[in-house]
Amino acid sequence: MALTRRQRIRATRWTVYGLSFALVIGAAVTVDWPALAGALFKVDLIPEMFPAVLTQAAKNTLIFTSLGFSIGLVLGLVLALMRLSKVRAYRWFAATFIDIFRGLPALLTILLLGLALPIALGGWRIPGVYGPGSLAVGIVASAYMAETIRAGIQAVPRGQMEAARSVGMTYTQAMVFIVIPQAFRIVIPPMTNEFILLLKDTSLISVLGVTAQTKELTRFGRDFVISSANATPIVIVGLIYLAMTIPLTRLVGQLEKRAARAR
Amino acid sequence: MGVPAIQVIDLHKYFGKLEVLKGIDFVVQPGEVVCVIGPSGSGKSTLLRCVNRLEESTSGRIIIEGDDITDPDADVDKLRTRIGMVFQQFNLFPHLTVLRNLTIAQRKVLKRSETEAREVATAVLERVGLTDKIDEFPIRLSGGQQQRVAIARALSMNPDMILFDEPTSALDPELVGEVLDVMRTLAGDGMTMMVVTHEIGFAKEVADRVVFMDDGVVVEEGVPAEFLVNPKTDRARQFLRMVRQESESDSQPSTP
Repeated sequence: MALTRRQRIRATRWTVYGLSFALVIGAAVTVDWPALAGALFKVDLIPEMFPAVLTQAAKNTLIFTSLGFSIGLVLGLVLALMRLSKVRAYRWFAATFIDIFRGLPALLTILLLGLALPIALGGWRIPGVYGPGSLAVGIVASAYMAETIRAGIQAVPRGQMEAARSVGMTYTQAMVFIVIPQAFRIVIPPMTNEFILLLKDTSLISVLGVTAQTKELTRFGRDFVISSANATPIVIVGLIYLAMTIPLTRLVGQLEKRAARAR
Repeated sequence: MGVPAIQVIDLHKYFGKLEVLKGIDFVVQPGEVVCVIGPSGSGKSTLLRCVNRLEESTSGRIIIEGDDITDPDADVDKLRTRIGMVFQQFNLFPHLTVLRNLTIAQRKVLKRSETEAREVATAVLERVGLTDKIDEFPIRLSGGQQQRVAIARALSMNPDMILFDEPTSALDPELVGEVLDVMRTLAGDGMTMMVVTHEIGFAKEVADRVVFMDDGVVVEEGVPAEFLVNPKTDRARQFLRMVRQESESDSQPSTP
């Protein structure tokens, strides 16, 4: 039977539609909707989560994120400059550091700093209730940011460094006043992406032992699930994550569009 | 004569295995305007970039007003403040306004006060005729205006000399004139200038001396009236004939 190309495409499409429809209907009939809703979205549980889910959990997530991002930014910039250094030992150190922390799972780095380090150092802990968690996600982020920042620095035309040096600036002055400010403009969109990834990675900090004071969203949700024997808290926490990440993702899109237009 | 502004002694430069400068000896006296001409790939831009050590020479010495800039222990940053540089691609700082382009090095390198730096910036902008653009960003200026700001940026450091690396080559033909005018005025004010250029007309009118380079060596040099009219070497004669033909074919459409 000879079908034309157009007929073939249409036939395939209707088959897919038909199968999908059958699946939806099948699910609708077989699933016990009230039970599911009761488990995932039990309305009378929700007020119990508030306001702590915002004033404690979301706040802590944001604290871990901003501390981690600050650490990552500073460390990432230092690593990027080391990668571009004339000194071979600096380049080698930065490359190794980046390889290690990009290669390790973030969860492992968190366990390393939060659990293994105190054991190894005879009980000495990274100070601050937010210290170990923020430092761990910051270090992981720095390894990724270093490569982004390095690419940004290298995207600044060589003539900028030359012009700065030709008016007598030192290498450091030229970097600080001329090259890095231009590099940062270039890397704003990818860095916003790093911020989103970091925000999500803070959920891994939930594996560390925490006090009520430092519970972030994921840990808060998990503990609430256990105490209430209901899955609703995870859904609520998920919605809060989305409320933070989706606007940021949209912002990256806008920034990228603007950068493309400026070029 | 006193100490030369620039003295180049037996300068060699390799890029990998390729020898681009094959023993250059060459002097610029204070107040002198020297134009360096030659075919592309002759090493003239490399020579210029060696003078303020943007390019490291392989061997030989370059003495700036008595100080050896090729000495590994030389304070290159300090020496560079005496040597202005104007680039083919302008290289203005795009994230800074014209004013900040002119004041940042004065503030950070010469440690001048904000007020003084601003005064100097205004004065040099006046010399290049762009005081009204002081608060603009470079991207908003035409190529010719950007290059004039770049000249002002060099001037803002009160240099003893300025190096020009093909300052008009990246410009649309109608914008070349305004940049050459500024350079002509500078030369008239007694600025020491070393200019790598393809503008034979400018060399003829403004230069005290023309240096012709080809294949990494100085082939011939002389005062423009002699060299440009009656070159001694075949290579120079050939090059000048070629350049003249080009510039004639360029200017034909505009002549009625």
